[in-house]
Amino acid sequence: MSIKAHSFVQILKSHSFNNISGVPDSTFGNLYNLIDDDPDINYFRANREDTALGIASGFSVSNKNSCIIIQNSGIGNIINPLTSFNLIYKIPALIIVGWRGYGGKPNDAPEHWVMGEKTTEYFEMLGIPFECFEDEHEAQEGIEKKLIYQLDLYSKEKKLRSIIIKKGVVV
Amino acid sequence: MISRSEVIKMIMKKTTSDHLVLSTTGMISREVFSHDDRQENFYMIGSMGLASSFGLGIAKSNPDKKIIILDGDGSFLMNLGAAACIGFYNTSNIVHIILDNFSYESTGSQNSISNKIDLCNIAKSSGYKFVDEIINFDINKISFDKKELSFYRIHVGIESNEEISRVAHTPEEITSNFKLIL
Ligand SMILES: Cc1ncc(C[n+]2csc(CCOP(=O)(O)OP(=O)(O)O)c2C)c(N)n1
Repeated sequence: MSIKAHSFVQILKSHSFNNISGVPDSTFGNLYNLIDDDPDINYFRANREDTALGIASGFSVSNKNSCIIIQNSGIGNIINPLTSFNLIYKIPALIIVGWRGYGGKPNDAPEHWVMGEKTTEYFEMLGIPFECFEDEHEAQEGIEKKLIYQLDLYSKEKKLRSIIIKKGVVV
Repeated sequence: MISRSEVIKMIMKKTTSDHLVLSTTGMISREVFSHDDRQENFYMIGSMGLASSFGLGIAKSNPDKKIIILDGDGSFLMNLGAAACIGFYNTSNIVHIILDNFSYESTGSQNSISNKIDLCNIAKSSGYKFVDEIINFDINKISFDKKELSFYRIHVGIESNEEISRVAHTPEEITSNFKLIL
C-alpha cells in the first residue's frame, strides 16, 4: 500500500516537473534525497518556503512546470508571497504539502496540532484549489491515478494548486 | 550623497535588452518605472524580500540573460536566506544590487539596521564571486558584463519623493509583458 517515493518522482518527471524547490519534511520519506540526486531534476535546496516559492515562480514565469515540496508548518511563510505576488500576478506553481498533525490534537507532535487541524483552511481561504491524499492504505495504483490527474490538471490550467499529503501515503 | 533616483536612472541607462531588471517593493520599483519603463522590467510591488529568490529561478531558466536585481537594504535583510541560496547555486548571471539608504524609506524613512551590518561580507561568505561596496557612486564601477555572480552595495541618500507615480501596469500586465521576452 501507499506510493513509493521513487514512483512519485517518476510521475513528477513524466509531467515535466523537472524544476523543484523545497524545504524537507519527513512526510515524504527519502523523496528529497532522490530529487536532489536525480540528474534530470533541478532541485533547489531552499532555506525557507518563501524562497522556494520565489525560485519556482522564476521557472514558472519562464513557461516551465514547477513545484515546491514543503511541510505544512511552512505554509505561514508563503502566505504573503501568495497574496501579494503569485495570486495577483497570475504566476502559478504546484504546492505539494506534507500534512503533519493530521486532523489536529492528539495526532503527531504538539507543534503540529494547530496547523494539522487548519492546513486545508489556508488554501480554502485563499481560493487555491487543493486535493488531499489521506488514505495510506490505498493501493499504489489508486494513488498514482489521483496524482496523475492532479498534475494533468495543473499542466492544463497553469494555476496555483495544492496537493496535501498525509504521512504514510508516500514511503 | 547621491540620490537613489539618480543611481537608478544611470543603472537603467546602462541596460540592454539582454538585461532583465527585477525591482523590489516600494519606491525602488516606482523609480525604475518612472525613469525607464521597459518590457524587460519586472516590478515586484508586493512580497517584500522575494525579488532575489524569483531572480534565482529566472536566472537558472534563462542562462543567456543577465538578471539585475534592484533590492533595498530592508528588502535584502528581510530574506537573507535567499542570498545564501543564490550564492550556494553560484548563479553567474545575476547582478544583485543593494540600494542602501540605511532606512525603510517607502514607509516613512524609519531607520533600518543596515548601518551596522557588513552586507558585502555576508554576500562574500554566501558565495557571491564579485563583491563591491560603493560609497562614492560612479556608474563605471558597475559592470553587467562579468561572468560571475556579482553584488554591489551602493550607498545612497534618503529622499522622499512623494510625488512619484505608482507603477501604472497591473500585476497581470507586468507578468504578461515580461513573459513575451522570455
Ligand atoms: C512583509 C512586508 N512588511 C512590511 C511592508 C511595508 N513596507 C513596504 S516598503 C518597505 C520598506 C522597504 O525598505 P527597503 O527595501 O530598504 O527600500 P526603501 O523603502 O528604503 O527604498 C516596507 C517595510 C511590506 N510591504 N511587506
